[in-house]
Amino acid sequence: MIDVTRAAELAARGSYGRLLALLSSRTHDIALAEDALAEAFARALSHWPTQGIPDNPDAWLLTTARNRLTDSQRRQLRFPTVNEIPDMLSPELADGSIPDRRLSLLMVCAHPAIAQDLHVPLMLQTVLGLEAKTIARLFLVSPVALSKRLVRAKAKIRDAGIPFALPGDDVLRERSTAILESLYALHAHDWLDPAENLGDEAFYLADLLGRLTADDAEALGLAALIAFSHSRARARIVDDMLVPTDEQDVMLWNDALIEYGKRKLHCAYEKSSVGRFQIEAAIESVHVARKETGSTDWLALNKLYVALLKIAPSVGSLVAQAVVTGRLHGPQAGLEALEAAETVTGPGYQPLWAARADLQARAGNHLAAVKSYDKAISLATNGPTISLLARKRAAEQDK
Amino acid sequence: MRYTFLLYTDPADLADMTSEDWQAEKEVYGAYIGALQKAGVFVDTDWLQPVHSATTLSLKGGTRQVQDGPFADTKETLGGYFVIDVPDLDAAMVWAQKCPAAKTGKVEIRASAMGSE
Repeated sequence: MIDVTRAAELAARGSYGRLLALLSSRTHDIALAEDALAEAFARALSHWPTQGIPDNPDAWLLTTARNRLTDSQRRQLRFPTVNEIPDMLSPELADGSIPDRRLSLLMVCAHPAIAQDLHVPLMLQTVLGLEAKTIARLFLVSPVALSKRLVRAKAKIRDAGIPFALPGDDVLRERSTAILESLYALHAHDWLDPAENLGDEAFYLADLLGRLTADDAEALGLAALIAFSHSRARARIVDDMLVPTDEQDVMLWNDALIEYGKRKLHCAYEKSSVGRFQIEAAIESVHVARKETGSTDWLALNKLYVALLKIAPSVGSLVAQAVVTGRLHGPQAGLEALEAAETVTGPGYQPLWAARADLQARAGNHLAAVKSYDKAISLATNGPTISLLARKRAAEQDK
Repeated sequence: MRYTFLLYTDPADLADMTSEDWQAEKEVYGAYIGALQKAGVFVDTDWLQPVHSATTLSLKGGTRQVQDGPFADTKETLGGYFVIDVPDLDAAMVWAQKCPAAKTGKVEIRASAMGSE
């Protein structure tokens, strides 16, 4: 016997975003579409066990949700609106597949008229069907405040006439960049607080975007970048302690994700349109190559960081390049590079102090290293990072 | 150095919260407290009764003046506080940024005048 609950669950995970994108693209009312879809799923759970699972569960859910939308629109308008939303399966479903409007929905979520810090929560809620409460917990924000802001954002999307159609090329590029930035932020958030397990969501959305905009080299680059770093997820934290990339146990790295990343990066290179995410993915690819070669190619990393700093300077890559300099030209050169970096990062930047402590330790200046580790620890808020820094600090103190 | 975070929120934002909402809210703050404790910087925290229950007392001018209500009548009111022990303001700011109240209201950071330890 087929497990009905499981079937509904799988349908939910696989098609939630697709169905919601389609339903909301007609009404522009995401909240209304969410309610209708929730009702359709609830009905599936009560009908399917007695009447059997339909041949095309997605189409069944879509039709049920559409009927529900029609009902509520009739109630709102008081007059019946005939033919606006068909009760029968529409012709576009004739071949059994649901048209994919998720790219338009992502564009709506990342619209510049919507506050930037709501882009990711909106994507997680509409495309992945995550509850506001869950999203709030992941980002450590007040659930009630976030729910209210999401409700207001959806009302704005409906009332301000934010278009659900795909924009023209120029705007498409700009909007794609906003989506990529959001997914990158989601990925970086998981990187900082991996206990929160947002990596799966970031990877799912990046993979989806890579498929939906297969011509966009940067979308492919981001999918590769997230796959590469996600491949090291199990090796990154061991016994609640962060493990630096070049000390990780390569046997814990996920080969399937590494292969996926290589494939996507290769496709991206073929578009001959280099960008920040491709370079970051290339940096990751150098790190994961250690699994095959047994060593890290610091020279290649240096070249990539020079390129990255030219295209997209950031405090993180500035410090990372100083670390690479230290490996290539000795700790003293690395420390000098950090001095220069500090004028940009300011003294309150934790990775700067962690890098400085490591280079001081390599230079044999154990006393200075201990002090720098203290500063780094004071600026760290994440448990596994603090554990790593404390372990390294203890090792220096013993010398 | 000991720092106190004063958490200011707009009570209107909390007006129609269900008990389930409060539970979720407590979980978020619980996670923050857990992070502070794990980092070994946690000293104290409290969550305060709504501002209408405040009493303000002053002996300024020689006579005791008791006011029914908060000291300053603003939209955002003091809703709670955290006391943490970290080396300097840089570290205090890092933790204040992580505080849930910073994302929806304001967090005022004040160093202790007593000095630490």
